[in-house]
Amino acid sequence: MSRRYPPLAHHFLSLGQQYSAAKLGMWLFLAQEVLFFSGLFMAYAAFRYFYPETFLAAHEHLNVTLGATNTIVLLTSSLTMALAVRAAQLGQNKQLLINLALTFLFATTFLVIKYFEYSHKIHLGLLPGKFYSAHEHIPGQPALFFGLYFVMTGLHGLHVLVGMGVIAWIFIRGLNREFGPEYNTPVEIVGLYWHLVDVIWIFLFPLLYLVK
Amino acid sequence: MNYLTAKKGFKSWLFTLDHKRIGLMYLVAVLSFFFLGGVFALLVRAELWTPAGDMFTADMYNKFFTLHGAIMVFLFIIPSVPASLGNFLIPLMIGAKDVAFPRLNLLSWYIYVLGALFFFYTLLFGSLDTGWTFYTPYSSQTGTSVISATLGAFILGFSSILTGVNFIVTIHKMRAPGLTWGRLPLLIWALYATAVIQVLATPVLAITLLLLVVERAFGIGFFDSTIGGDPVLFQHFFWFYSHPAVYIMILPGFGIISELITVHARKRIFGYNAIAASSVAIAVIGFLVWGHHMFVSGQSSFASMVFSFLTFAVAVPTAIKVFSWVATLYRGSIAFTAPMLYALAFIFLFSIGGLTGIFLGAIAVDVHLHDTYFVVAHFHYVMMGGTVIAFIGGIHHWWPKLFGRMYNEGWARLGCFLIFIGFNLTFFSQFVMGSRGMPRRYHSYVPEYAIWHQLSTIGSLVLGLGLVLTLVYLLHSLFWGKRAPHNPWGGESLEWQAATPPIEFNFTKQPVVTSGPYDFPEIEQDRS
Repeated sequence: MSRRYPPLAHHFLSLGQQYSAAKLGMWLFLAQEVLFFSGLFMAYAAFRYFYPETFLAAHEHLNVTLGATNTIVLLTSSLTMALAVRAAQLGQNKQLLINLALTFLFATTFLVIKYFEYSHKIHLGLLPGKFYSAHEHIPGQPALFFGLYFVMTGLHGLHVLVGMGVIAWIFIRGLNREFGPEYNTPVEIVGLYWHLVDVIWIFLFPLLYLVK
Repeated sequence: MNYLTAKKGFKSWLFTLDHKRIGLMYLVAVLSFFFLGGVFALLVRAELWTPAGDMFTADMYNKFFTLHGAIMVFLFIIPSVPASLGNFLIPLMIGAKDVAFPRLNLLSWYIYVLGALFFFYTLLFGSLDTGWTFYTPYSSQTGTSVISATLGAFILGFSSILTGVNFIVTIHKMRAPGLTWGRLPLLIWALYATAVIQVLATPVLAITLLLLVVERAFGIGFFDSTIGGDPVLFQHFFWFYSHPAVYIMILPGFGIISELITVHARKRIFGYNAIAASSVAIAVIGFLVWGHHMFVSGQSSFASMVFSFLTFAVAVPTAIKVFSWVATLYRGSIAFTAPMLYALAFIFLFSIGGLTGIFLGAIAVDVHLHDTYFVVAHFHYVMMGGTVIAFIGGIHHWWPKLFGRMYNEGWARLGCFLIFIGFNLTFFSQFVMGSRGMPRRYHSYVPEYAIWHQLSTIGSLVLGLGLVLTLVYLLHSLFWGKRAPHNPWGGESLEWQAATPPIEFNFTKQPVVTSGPYDFPEIEQDRS
């Protein structure tokens, strides 16, 4: 049984250099992601400062149970992702594939739960901006709160979708037995990305669902 | 067999992974947009020849200055130096075969082209009249095609981010043996600092523009005060990117000037460490000054005070650079070649641009000068008098390396002279009328300003003539120029050790560095 190692790209001197370049590049990309979301967190801070009573009242309309379930689902998916990276480093291809499949499954679960949450909000008219049409009285500017809710979780959801795409990509490469102790960079950087998606949710969950 | 001739055919360019070819493709693209943006600038100047708004309607005028600004900022000046010369030079200067991620590099170029297509769409359908700053609430209400323009800028932003990531990793991981941080050419330090801003500031613009798109498409209301949003929040978001972005524009120019001054004055740079560190300092402090754009936007006076102080603080590392360049010239063997003339023009023009920035950073003065031609003149002195002059100087300096041909020195000096005269005529008059209260973005004005506007318009024609002349003799040299010698200026940094033009993978064998980038041999002789 032989693995197909991708050859060293022409412009690198060694596999070590190639690996550390890829890893640094990914960390920089993650820094960029953090700054991308930071704008939304700043908007959140500003509007919560302007309308604290809205945030207190409006968050009651989010489903904490579903949110907490999703938090557990996503945290578990980070565990399986970490196990997948470990398996790739040890050359355990079967473990790698199982853990990647589990991660993908958890990601799907997350989005399915999110779908039910969204459709419930849409049903009640708890929507952003001019689409807001809920009957319950929420003081202040509830349309802004739900604007934040949909934009923040929506962009996070898009990141989950992209994550599923790249997990599927390394799963297929795993089927071809491309990863092992000598070469597993793609698994590792996809892992880094997935953990970031998880970390962002860890901030979104308390900020949106657990306002006190 | 050099990189230009190594492979043939259209496809060999469209699918190339060679950083030098990608750099050239960027060069052609950004210069084309410089031309397009310049045409809009001339149209704006033509309208202002007379006090009455008689040439175009006010709406047309709004579109012209908006398109001038948006094209120049997003399609020309932000990618200008890093994506073209930076792409070409970084691997050569650090002794690498390519950037760290060649495929990502090509992808960045295609993302740039995609963003440009969105701008073309905007140009042809609905146009844009918000000013390049897209300020709300106007931008969320106007009938022009704001969504396609902001999506274009959003996409261009990702091109910039990916280029930044690529450059940081390349500079960290791909340096030749012996090329320590203290031996890096100062252009590399400047591009490194630039890349840090590209990676950390641009995503904030991305989310801002995305929110503006969502605002227009779904009325989400973040920037709409009628449902509790805040238009000033947009300004904070926008300038959190766009102030650091002016350092994305100028830092590479600083880097080019450091190279030009030392090589053409045959003298080791004065204050290497100070210049390198000041690039990084500017990048860091530059993140904390955005509020000086908002002194009259209802920002708290305490915040304004802090932003004013930090604005003054960012002038310190900038001044360190200018003093170091002047000190490098002192007792140097100055050759008045075209690149050196551009470097001298840069020091002169940038000093004016930088110092007037201090005027605008002072709160009380800014209240008077805000939204006048003084701001327009200041911005053009740093961007056009700074970045563009440095860019053109850099193109001359590395022209032999890019194409293996020499341009005509006499025509080059004439071009530089015309550009310098035309530029000052155009924009110094704007300082005068701005300080006398002429507001920006008006297409008609009171007759008292007519003389200054006319001087400015004449200047813009001279400037345009100088630029066209430059383009003509540069293109001419591609076919009929003298073959360039291997190292025409006697540069010591690694790019001059590669063949002219370089071969496909830059060096025949891995270079090893044993000395600094400005250790010119004749200096060593002087010492002994």
